[in-house]
Amino acid sequence: MQIDYNYAFFDEGSKREIRRATLKAIAIPGYQVPFASREMPIGRGWGTGGLQLTLSLVGKDDVVKVIDQGSDESVNAVNIKKLIEKTTGISTTDETSEATIIQSRHRIPEVPLKDGQIMVLQVPLPEPLRFYEPSEFETKKLHAEKEYSGAWLMLFEQIMKYGNLATDADHPVMVDDRYVMAPSPIPRFDNSKMNYSEALILLGAGREKKIYAVPPYTKVVSLAFDDYPFEVESFEDNHCKQCGAAGVFMDEIYDDETETTYFQCNDTSYCVARLNHQTV
Amino acid sequence: MGYVAVKGGTRAIEESIKRLKFERVKKGTVLDVHKIETGMRGLIDQVMSESSLFSEILAAIAIKQAEGNPEEAVFLLRAYRSTLSRKHYSRTISSEDMLTERRISASFKDIPGGQILGATTDYTHRLLDFGLMMESEEEALQWLEGFEEENGQQENVTDLAKLPKVLDYLRKEGLMPECSDDDREPDDVTKKSLEFPSTRSQRLQILTRGQTGALTSLAYAVIRGYGALHPTVGELRVGSLPVCIDNPFNQYNDEDDSYYIGEIKATETEMLIPVTVEKERGKKEIKFEIGYGICLGQNETKAIAMGILDHALQTGNKEYPTGDEEFVLYHIDSVESTGFISHLKMPHYVTFQSKLDSVRKTKKQEAESKEESSLCK
Amino acid sequence: MSDYETPIMSVKNLSKHFGEGCSNCRDVNENHLIRNFCPDCGTVYACRNVSFDLYPGEVLGIVGESGSGKSTLMRSLYFDQDVTSGEAYLRSYEMGSKNVFEESSQKKRYIRNHLMGKVYQNPMLGLRMGFSSIGNIAEKLIAAGIRHVGEMESKGRELLEYVNIPVYRMKEAPRNFSGGMQQRVQIAKALSNNPPILLLDEVTTGLDLSVQASVLDLIKELQRELNVSIVIVSHDLAVIRMMADRTMVMLDGKVVEHGLTDQVLEDPQDRYTQQLVHSLL
Repeated sequence: MQIDYNYAFFDEGSKREIRRATLKAIAIPGYQVPFASREMPIGRGWGTGGLQLTLSLVGKDDVVKVIDQGSDESVNAVNIKKLIEKTTGISTTDETSEATIIQSRHRIPEVPLKDGQIMVLQVPLPEPLRFYEPSEFETKKLHAEKEYSGAWLMLFEQIMKYGNLATDADHPVMVDDRYVMAPSPIPRFDNSKMNYSEALILLGAGREKKIYAVPPYTKVVSLAFDDYPFEVESFEDNHCKQCGAAGVFMDEIYDDETETTYFQCNDTSYCVARLNHQTV
Repeated sequence: MGYVAVKGGTRAIEESIKRLKFERVKKGTVLDVHKIETGMRGLIDQVMSESSLFSEILAAIAIKQAEGNPEEAVFLLRAYRSTLSRKHYSRTISSEDMLTERRISASFKDIPGGQILGATTDYTHRLLDFGLMMESEEEALQWLEGFEEENGQQENVTDLAKLPKVLDYLRKEGLMPECSDDDREPDDVTKKSLEFPSTRSQRLQILTRGQTGALTSLAYAVIRGYGALHPTVGELRVGSLPVCIDNPFNQYNDEDDSYYIGEIKATETEMLIPVTVEKERGKKEIKFEIGYGICLGQNETKAIAMGILDHALQTGNKEYPTGDEEFVLYHIDSVESTGFISHLKMPHYVTFQSKLDSVRKTKKQEAESKEESSLCK
Repeated sequence: MSDYETPIMSVKNLSKHFGEGCSNCRDVNENHLIRNFCPDCGTVYACRNVSFDLYPGEVLGIVGESGSGKSTLMRSLYFDQDVTSGEAYLRSYEMGSKNVFEESSQKKRYIRNHLMGKVYQNPMLGLRMGFSSIGNIAEKLIAAGIRHVGEMESKGRELLEYVNIPVYRMKEAPRNFSGGMQQRVQIAKALSNNPPILLLDEVTTGLDLSVQASVLDLIKELQRELNVSIVIVSHDLAVIRMMADRTMVMLDGKVVEHGLTDQVLEDPQDRYTQQLVHSLL
């Protein structure tokens, strides 16, 4: 018994359904569109939302880049890339500027996104109000009524407890002055890249069965208070040990031999590109 | 070097996959898919039911590939299911048309058509049968011959394809209220995601696809104390159901014009649940309500658990987590729960770095305010 | 002073039924009901054509036994549940021109966040038990549009001090507090956005007598100082006598008597009120 899979894994009907939900998401920036999430050949919670978006969109001429934790070579990124290659036969790249579709978990690349590119983010928990209100039925009402006291209250509580905004990744944003949205667990550092992004940003939550979007040139503001402004992660004056870059999101690495801590670009392809450029 | 885990992923995966195959074949034997299909009925049925895909042969391949791990086998079949286009919905199947192999009622001894014990482990002694170590195919075939001879002599008086439902009998006797048919087109949870409040058709679909263990545990909680139900099995039947589809070129959807496309084995339960209802002027009366369970294959515990949970969700008593539809329906799917639990194995370096930054900021602020206050003193 | 003569809130023919009703009771065939309950279909007529006005700065008491419909009335006024029929107008909302029961849920939320405060008998309903006390107050301020932490913190501190919650316990969750303290936090929360109308539902029920007295004193003081209009519901005539300017007596979902509190207590007209007053003596 030998069975061949369709182009890009899904049957065409499924792809159309996902694209319809995506169109709706683009039409209502920041609104979580429920969709009939399919089971995928990779684990639920391992990027199935992003993968469904990518597979529903990818055409023969597309070039796909996949990163996880900023790295093109992380096991999960490789795994997803392999599946896309296997089921479509299209080519993949590490080069951010060459890609037409960039699927990522936890990062937006350092190289600015351009008009015409699609950024696909994998989302574990799409509901920014979930820890304020566990019931989906209730949070849906809160969104409908634009009642976001809960989102701000959670930030207020952090300030009361820790003396400052203590969110790590996934700091909530207001999209187009209407919907509060979970930007997926990207570091706060990447939040601003969503604001008036030239590229279309799509977010897919497979297990939670939601698709949402930030269309190009849409206002995205990180929630904060007048007297406690939003702050991104700070790497102070540290430079990347490999390429010397500053002002990028960095990994902190401990070297057991010298017993010192050093920093390195988290976005590996950005770092490699800089290194190559330097040696030329 | 801190990059080991995120670099060289391609090689690492290739080697890991080889390692996995090695584990499967290292003893030098290969499992025959046909043998899995014929000899592992219990696992096949569980996997088909949780995958919501009826195919014994596909289940057998999945079980072989997963080395017998049901969660992995279900995962494989669900992923495969995603690639199949849905061309037809079957006509409504009436479970009275089941070709019954087994059928019991715990509520009434004398049910029309009689109790049929069929194949069950219920009354076996759970003594490990060491004889199976040496069982040969020859022996099995010989036994089979004898068995068939013996069975051929018995005269079967009941028509096993037309057994009346126990509950209909109760209704006729006036022991159960009539209920009206709900002929609304059912929702399809694989086409449109769940929204709350959910419909009964959505609930039944999620329950029947649910993980056997998860359903059993939650239903156990309902009858043990978190829901205070004391149900009885009104009827449990196991057998084959005929599946028909409408002629796609005939818009009138006549039954006569439909096509029989095969049969599926299923377990169906109708649970009787006594509830107290308030009648006029404060009088109280015991009434029976129904919890319905059905699943692919012979999965009796699961079907009964489903019946209990169906009723618990229908009643929707939020005092207990088992009455909260979001709590139950969002957490019992095998692929969803195992997927999210296992995703914790993935690297979370960036979020962790971000957290580190927050913690440091807080610490720094604390130190500064301590300094300030000590200066004031 | 016509300002004091126009009601701040007008409720007209508010009705709330639980159940579908049947041909025997739907036309409110009064005699058919047993108290407020239809024996044939089990429908409960929790509130039946309740009408009243609330004037600026006054305290209106509603008294009645449990099951008389007082709490249902309060829940309806705060949109915790929908009414079956009836109207309510708020002077501070659209100049009193709109029946607030017919507004969208978004508008109703606005009214809850800006124009009303409510203190529940059960603090679980009015507070987020796991959030800090000051966070609970901030929630209402955030809802009213404030986005300045310092401002909310000082306002919250002021209110909590006002209701005698020690400042050092401000960041603690109400979950850790005693019943009386929880009630005081609820009052502070309800007052945080200076609502013109405050709804108090059996706020002292279940508290120790001395704690009861201190909570009531606090409410009285607040009322005088902030000049807020209050609807207070209690099954306890002593509470009503101490607090209310005017009183409404409810029985089986209906208003059976209303008037100045002194008048109702000294010279009750309705048979049920007479019974109630005598049982107090």
